[in-house]
Amino acid sequence: MTAQMNRRSLLGLGASLGISVSFLGSQAFAASEGDLAKKKLVVVICRGGMDGLSVSPPVGDPDYAALRGSIAMKPEQVLKLDDTFGLHPELKAVHALALKGEARIAPAIASPDRARSHFEAQDVLETGASGVYGADTGWLNRTLEALAPIRKVEGLSVGATAPLILRGKVQAASWSPGKGVDETARLPTLLQDLYRSDPLLGPAFARGLETETMAQQAMTAMAATPAMNEMAASTPAMAQPAGMSSTMANDRQNRAGSEAARKLGSTLGGFMIQAGGPQIAAISLDGFDTHAGQPGQIATRLSYMDAVLDGLHTGLGAEWKNTVVIAVTEFGRTARVNGTGGTDHGTASTGLILGGALKRGGIVGDWPTLKETALFENRDTAPTVDMRGLFKGVLADHMAVDRALLESKVFPDSAGAKPVTRLV
Amino acid sequence: MMAAIAVTRFGLGARPGEIDAAKADPRGFLTDQIRRDGADKPQDDGEDAATRFAWMRDYQEQRKIERQRKDGDAAGQKSQAAMDAQRQLRDKIDGDFLARARLGANTPAAFRERWALFWANHFTVSSTKQITFAMIGPFEREAIRPNVFNSFENLLVASSTHPAMLTYLDQASSIGPNSRAAGRRGGKGLNENLAREILELHTVGVDAGYRQADVTEFARALTGFSVGRDNEDRAGQFVFRDNAHEPGARTIMGRRYAEADIKQGWAVLKDLAADPRTAHHVCSKIARHFVSDTPPQTLTARLEKRWMDTGGDLAEVAKALVESPEAWDPTPAKFKTPYEFTLSTWRLIGAQPSAYDRIAPILTGLGQKPFSPPSPKGWAEDAQTWASPDGLIKRMQWAQGMAAAVADRTDPNALAVSALGERLTPAVAKAVSRAETRREAFALLVMSPEFQRR
Repeated sequence: MTAQMNRRSLLGLGASLGISVSFLGSQAFAASEGDLAKKKLVVVICRGGMDGLSVSPPVGDPDYAALRGSIAMKPEQVLKLDDTFGLHPELKAVHALALKGEARIAPAIASPDRARSHFEAQDVLETGASGVYGADTGWLNRTLEALAPIRKVEGLSVGATAPLILRGKVQAASWSPGKGVDETARLPTLLQDLYRSDPLLGPAFARGLETETMAQQAMTAMAATPAMNEMAASTPAMAQPAGMSSTMANDRQNRAGSEAARKLGSTLGGFMIQAGGPQIAAISLDGFDTHAGQPGQIATRLSYMDAVLDGLHTGLGAEWKNTVVIAVTEFGRTARVNGTGGTDHGTASTGLILGGALKRGGIVGDWPTLKETALFENRDTAPTVDMRGLFKGVLADHMAVDRALLESKVFPDSAGAKPVTRLV
Repeated sequence: MMAAIAVTRFGLGARPGEIDAAKADPRGFLTDQIRRDGADKPQDDGEDAATRFAWMRDYQEQRKIERQRKDGDAAGQKSQAAMDAQRQLRDKIDGDFLARARLGANTPAAFRERWALFWANHFTVSSTKQITFAMIGPFEREAIRPNVFNSFENLLVASSTHPAMLTYLDQASSIGPNSRAAGRRGGKGLNENLAREILELHTVGVDAGYRQADVTEFARALTGFSVGRDNEDRAGQFVFRDNAHEPGARTIMGRRYAEADIKQGWAVLKDLAADPRTAHHVCSKIARHFVSDTPPQTLTARLEKRWMDTGGDLAEVAKALVESPEAWDPTPAKFKTPYEFTLSTWRLIGAQPSAYDRIAPILTGLGQKPFSPPSPKGWAEDAQTWASPDGLIKRMQWAQGMAAAVADRTDPNALAVSALGERLTPAVAKAVSRAETRREAFALLVMSPEFQRR
């Protein structure tokens, strides 16, 4: 058992702590909180600058085809959403959800910073700051912190490394497919002793062990076959390009990649429906930096994303109705095709908002159109929604985070980013 | 204490007896490893980039033809010949990585190797593009390793004109919109990827104050930097395509570059290499890599001064690092990356990975898949990224596996001393000595906070 920092802050607030403080002990809080303890939020970070005009091609926009030239899609190629927008043909599962009113697009969303550097822009997305180097903790972690005095909410990132969005004062969990921990070995206990006074390794290791326990349960609950080992072998490491397996892909490999992605999504869903499981999760998908030969590359990445989301939908089962999923990228890409059949770093892109908790509705935010005069710097899709507004709206209305805390703690200096309301 | 720091922080972890060898003169132990002709080559018989390029292009062409086949059962199927070619390429690429890992596990000059690994990561190329993937090993052998104790300018030019970099960052097909080639090749034009990353990552850094217009202008100056195509004399080698070069003078970050051919791009690279902002950006990275995620300003300043005083002489910068008192702070602040952790474990037992499959799965599982950094920024350096709950669990499982394979033949208490020297804390020594089995002791040692850091 480890006392975590957020638990300590609870103590400081005089909250009653006559219960176990383990990862699996949050039911005591949930009991008094009823429905709020069921609400779930998943954030998907698409790294590399995902091309919004490929995710939701505005085939009905009169300027789209000319700007896109050789990489433009035809209206009959896309999965229709409305008179202007379709979805990329690989986003089949997302489209099926959209038809039920459980998936919507925000076609011109951006972070508040106009840097066209992947790394700065990803930092801005993940810290929730108004500019680069504005914060060194992630906004999802500050969300956990803001909720801690009221109720215990667990956060989990999927992948071998800890993403910035969940870094901060609260020790979040992380998990990626692998083989289970030998429950009989003494080593974990001995290591916990060795790490006792280590502020970095102590909390992280304890959380890792707890998550392993939960993984075993999630797997058992799902009667998961094949075993985790097989899954690990077939899962392209998260937050990494799949290297040879995507570039030297043949159909069979693609299918295997999609199966692994679906499994990953459903396992994450399985985690989240465990008693005391994480209510907030983050997962990263890479490979969206499509400077050249974009159509093939993005089709592969979007089919992978679609499979992850499809698996998540399946894994959450009935809990889908309590879930919101947001998929965002650090920036979009140029409206015009470049000289190498790709696009360069841009500004606004498409965000996807999914979940059974969503209200049915049209696009989120305005569509600025692709008229030359409407393009940002005569180059990119212009932003009409600050993504912090979307995050704030979902955190307030869906996760019941206090609005004042959202403004002061989670997204400081975001007064200009109006919360997107009435999504749930 | 200094000997232990020299071997574990500047180097790649202690091999048996290495800390003792460094005791007499820890600084000299490191400066003796600096040499003009560069870092070691992991293998003598590796093919050059052009050969690898040719193999990969042959394979790609073959697959292209097969994918277009329409006849019955064989439609789109991969032929045995294609599978053989793919296997051969894979073996070669895996061989590059294994050779590098073995060099890291065996070398007595591990500071020199760490220095080379730093620069390979600074000028990242990755497996995300097939054609680049085949040339990563050659890129390190041809562009990086020979130049790591050369001038930064030479290293920058070597990297920026290597086919691995030119394909990875899409420069090879970038064409000046007003060049002679533009009219002939419909729909082809400028690609600003390499220009942006040279500014942002390789030289002046993202906060140097350049604008989009500077990126575009630099991209125009670089047009013509390309790679020979299959049917050309210099297939898979650097070529300058005069007819793809954008005509005219350029203005980049306030400096004007007269109309010129290849010399225009070179002149920009030369100026970028000499820019004090480059010294600041790169020296900050060196300090972060070697000493701490938040290094003291005085250390960065010291490195910068030596850089500027010597015109970016990297051998001198390496010496300045060894001479800096801040680099010898006894508190280990750096958490090992997966590659560093696994290599240092092999070094500890005086062994090397016996096969690619002994090292690749753990690195992939820990988020550091061989030759596959997720972006041009390269692998992360900070503890926060790598010390994740999942990462620690997977390290422990791997340590248990290694212990099962090797620990029965070791003396764990002696191993603890040879691994950490004076960095061995009483708590770790006690835990190791009290362990139930040699295996448990071994796993405890390599998972100890001191061994996980450097």
